[in-house]
Amino acid sequence: MVSPRPSLALALRHRLPLVASYGLVLLAVAIIGLPLLWMVLGSVKTNREIYTLPPPWLPAELRWQNFVEAWNAAPFDRFYLNTIITTLAGVGLELVNAVLTAYALAFLRFPKKNLVFVLLLAALMIPTQVTILPNYLTLSNVFGQSWINTYQGIVLPGAATAFGAFLLRQSFLGLPREVLDAAKVDGCGHLRLLWDVVLPMARPVLVTFGLISLVAKWNDYLWPLIVTNQDVMRTLTVGLTYLFDAEGNTDWGPIMAASIFVIVPLLVVYVWAQKYIIEGITAGATKG
Amino acid sequence: MPDDDHSAASAVARVRGVDEGALMLGGRTAALERQPLPRSVARPRVRSPRFWQSEWFLFLLFVTPNLLLFGVFSYWPMIQNAYLSLVRWNMIAPTKSWVGLANYAYLAGDRTFRLVIQNSLVFTLGAVGGSLVLGLATALLLNQKLRGRDAARAVLFAPTLLSGAAIGIVWVYVFDPRFGLLARFLGFINIPSPDWLGDPAWALPAVIIVYVWKNVGFATVIYLAGLQAIPRDLYEAARVDGAGVWWRFRSVTLPMLSPITFFLVVTALLNSFQAFDIIRVMTSGGPVDATNTLIYYVYQQGFIAFNAGRAAAGAMVLFVIMFAITLFQLRVGEERVHYG
Repeated sequence: MVSPRPSLALALRHRLPLVASYGLVLLAVAIIGLPLLWMVLGSVKTNREIYTLPPPWLPAELRWQNFVEAWNAAPFDRFYLNTIITTLAGVGLELVNAVLTAYALAFLRFPKKNLVFVLLLAALMIPTQVTILPNYLTLSNVFGQSWINTYQGIVLPGAATAFGAFLLRQSFLGLPREVLDAAKVDGCGHLRLLWDVVLPMARPVLVTFGLISLVAKWNDYLWPLIVTNQDVMRTLTVGLTYLFDAEGNTDWGPIMAASIFVIVPLLVVYVWAQKYIIEGITAGATKG
Repeated sequence: MPDDDHSAASAVARVRGVDEGALMLGGRTAALERQPLPRSVARPRVRSPRFWQSEWFLFLLFVTPNLLLFGVFSYWPMIQNAYLSLVRWNMIAPTKSWVGLANYAYLAGDRTFRLVIQNSLVFTLGAVGGSLVLGLATALLLNQKLRGRDAARAVLFAPTLLSGAAIGIVWVYVFDPRFGLLARFLGFINIPSPDWLGDPAWALPAVIIVYVWKNVGFATVIYLAGLQAIPRDLYEAARVDGAGVWWRFRSVTLPMLSPITFFLVVTALLNSFQAFDIIRVMTSGGPVDATNTLIYYVYQQGFIAFNAGRAAAGAMVLFVIMFAITLFQLRVGEERVHYG
């Protein structure tokens, strides 16, 4: 630098991109955040405030009554129970299937292993949406019984996983060889090897896959919509939209409150497990 | 059935899974399997005399539950769906009447279905293009030394994880032409708000906006990880060669990101063809089919009109499109894309 004191113009020119960057980041965050803020504000406004022109940004006072009204407008206690049961069962089954298949593919000898790979690949290529109609028919008559409006009906079609099997297999193969060999030398059978050695070491990827599965199950919409037709068996997402269909765009306060019922549990999980989720997803995409 | 398909995470699922599967088919075998160790040091390896104690048996035991579920809820429905596409059936009558390819012929000649295909293409182009371009832009922005960068990334990513059904409802309120958030902003600059969801010309752009809003954070996060993996000296070399900002972007950043772009394109394509909850909640395919896409059409024909044949034929079209995208990903992906 020739001049010991940079001129104002130079300083500005140097600073401007940085200022602009901060401005643009703020803009992006605002675009993503404002609709959610609008939801939160709407959930505590009175109907009169919501229907004032122009609508005020902030409510005069917080109307928590909207949450009470939303809770009473539909059996949200049942919706929560149903979603929690089907999510936990679905995640649990997916994890078990993923672990067992991955272990078999990684560590067990079998002559027709390639056939299993092909079958799993085929499963990956069949989108859920193409199977909804036949699956509905299958579940409406399971050995003479209807599984429509049942937990098993909601859970079972999504209980298998090819992605999980591939993801876990990959990480099982990356485990340190020496530890596995040592365990084998010690006479460790496959069940103990899986339970005492592989699973504890693979914990991070299990958590990541569990979280991905959890988010998918909690938010699942199309299948629960199709396989339930009674209020008491609906999940949160489906129950919310039926309430919305019924009350429509007239009662925004309680409707926004009800949307918060659905969103908040996952936001809590996100805040708590953000690192796992983002790292898991980027690792999946950028590795290789 | 694979994972729930409209979450970003499961998109990774689909593509990664396929990808790794392809590698494995190429003959890469497990490390332990390649050099099997004796069970115990003293005893040479002997296959157990009884089948139910053998490793084969354990293998079958481990993979059967997963494959059985796939058999019942993926492979078999696929076959059944192909069959249903060849019959006429109202889902109640005890008999189905065989109509051959009549359902496909109907779809080919139907004006609504042509509109559905057109909507799906427009929606997909808008959704994929929008989330990739904006995702790359925000990733470039966040790839600088800025305070609060991680917090911004966390906020941008959050909508990806939220329920499409709930988000759709929130956006109906945001889009309200008189009392919504957007109308409030447009009021500042004295532009009357369009009747977003009631006007056939605006409804499709509106659902595309919501899709991009919800999914752009996914592209941002993935692109950001990709940007951070580009070696610094490439930029230094380009700078020494006298490349300006734009040229460095063209000659270093974009080519180095191409595998990630490819991954994101495929993921977003597959995901957007399956976007259901947002459309069901916001417009139910309307007004006058302006937002009716393939997946919604399948649902509508099957579970509202009870026309199993047409629903199944529509589902076959959806399947063929998604299958073609996946094949494209497998075939072209590995060769054409520059890997850094």
